[in-house]
Amino acid sequence: MSFGTYKEVMALKAKDGKIGGVAQDGGVVTTLLCYALEKGVIDGALVAGKSETPWMPKPTIATTKEEIIAAAGTKYTISPVVSTIKDAAREYGLEKIAVVGTPCQIYAVQKMRLYGVGARHIPDKVAMTVGIFCTENFSYAGLRTVIEDHCKVPIESVTKMEIGKGKFWVKGAKDVSIPIKETHKYEQDGCHVCSDLTAEFADISTGSIGTPDGWSTTFARSTRGKDLLSKAIADGLFEKKSMDEFKSAPDAKIKSGLDLLGNLEKGKKDKAKKHFDERKALGLFVTPEILY
Amino acid sequence: MGIMDSLRSMFGGKPKAAPEVKPEAKPVPKAPEVKAPEVKKEVAPKKEEVKVTKPKVAYVHLSGCTGCLVSLADTYEKLLDILGAVDMVYNLTLADARTLPEGKVDIAIVEGGVCLQDEESVHLIKETREKAGLVVAYGGCSATGNVLNFSRGGQWNQPQHESFVPINRLIKVDAYIPGCPPAPEVIYNFCIAAVTGDTEYLKPFMANEAGGYHCGCDLNTRVIENSLCMGCGTCAASCPTRAIEMVYGRPSFNNIRCIKCGACSFACPRTFLPVNKIKTLLV
Repeated sequence: MSFGTYKEVMALKAKDGKIGGVAQDGGVVTTLLCYALEKGVIDGALVAGKSETPWMPKPTIATTKEEIIAAAGTKYTISPVVSTIKDAAREYGLEKIAVVGTPCQIYAVQKMRLYGVGARHIPDKVAMTVGIFCTENFSYAGLRTVIEDHCKVPIESVTKMEIGKGKFWVKGAKDVSIPIKETHKYEQDGCHVCSDLTAEFADISTGSIGTPDGWSTTFARSTRGKDLLSKAIADGLFEKKSMDEFKSAPDAKIKSGLDLLGNLEKGKKDKAKKHFDERKALGLFVTPEILY
Repeated sequence: MGIMDSLRSMFGGKPKAAPEVKPEAKPVPKAPEVKAPEVKKEVAPKKEEVKVTKPKVAYVHLSGCTGCLVSLADTYEKLLDILGAVDMVYNLTLADARTLPEGKVDIAIVEGGVCLQDEESVHLIKETREKAGLVVAYGGCSATGNVLNFSRGGQWNQPQHESFVPINRLIKVDAYIPGCPPAPEVIYNFCIAAVTGDTEYLKPFMANEAGGYHCGCDLNTRVIENSLCMGCGTCAASCPTRAIEMVYGRPSFNNIRCIKCGACSFACPRTFLPVNKIKTLLV
């Protein structure tokens, strides 16, 4: 169990019913972004909004609460969020940009802050990075195959998707779940060398693993991340619990939420190592330091 | 060992005799982000006076548009840090020295590619290599050929001026900073890292693959083909001509729009990932 560097880990649940209704889990990302916008910590956020194609996310520059809330909920396919960062700074004239993304997108933004040769005057405009836990991602066609061929429901009818408890869940007119194993072959191959599950380079990272339904496991990693979180909690936006409250029975195989997260993290890191070695052996180029 | 010597050995050159210490030299301003042990070593001696030699820097302008120099100036007040940390001995745009100075300079920053039909340019880049301890190919034209790749000659009044090459075709280059132009922040980071001896930061710039011909095709040959692309969209944001569009989570690249600057593959987090440096951002 390492989870990268962090100052605090906690379980959070948004109190705002409006957000709770649309959020994937505890509504942490949506609530925090709305709060940061209201307090002037950010003046816009790069989020995964909706497009005309069902369940195909569209990288969106959100500058109002409505736009942020409209982007709530997980879309299990690729949303190239970093592609909009320059537009946010140029066309939208944003000075304090929040980026919400998966671990790989967070390290893309952080690399851009250090080595962004084509990112003039972007580094100082990244005000906040919010990372979402990620085990792997699917291509759009992959996701569609999983839903329409394996779950046997039309993608338009789906209102929520979830991965948890070893299953891929599809909710809507009909609730269906299939074993997660069935979906493995549709995973994006670029994910297989990724060794970051908990968005280790974000200011704040959050996700469902480790907490019960409706809650989010949340790490405050940097000072600015912790400041924002503490203020939001102090202003009564969240119900907060210690991670210790989610302990299983003493004889259970997995003792607590954090243990479960730790197991999955180790699984992802081990898998990345395995794929890294295999690709090297094949003579392919593999990103140095990707295993960190 | 002085900063320049350690830099030189880091870039693979031999350390030369210690450069003379100028009494009027001011201490190198401390960089806010990067603190290197070399600087501490310099500060450590028992003597009360801090003696740091400023590296002599020559800014060589070949077939470029001066946009790279403008980008350097776009560091605003931080430009004072950069200029304060070095001794700019040659820069046609900013100073009066007409030719490269006699004797050695420590660092030559080269903007622009070389026109093979222009004898003076070829001579200047050769002379630069002879005189400079380190040669930095600064900006797309110098590092990758950039838009000069499209030169075909046939224009008045030097219709024979048709072949333009990135400088590594003619001389050995120690570091490349691609981008058209490179972002001011990157230039600042590079300069401070070079002066303080932050080798870890400089490493990606010193990689051979950072220089020479580059193109949006790199995303195919270096990233997608190696099954590394995960669709973050950094390449699309980095492209100065919007030649890259993300389609179904992958870069779709418009060859006609690409100016061959090399920014996209350099910015891609799957070509190199500076994990240790990123950790320093998380405070």
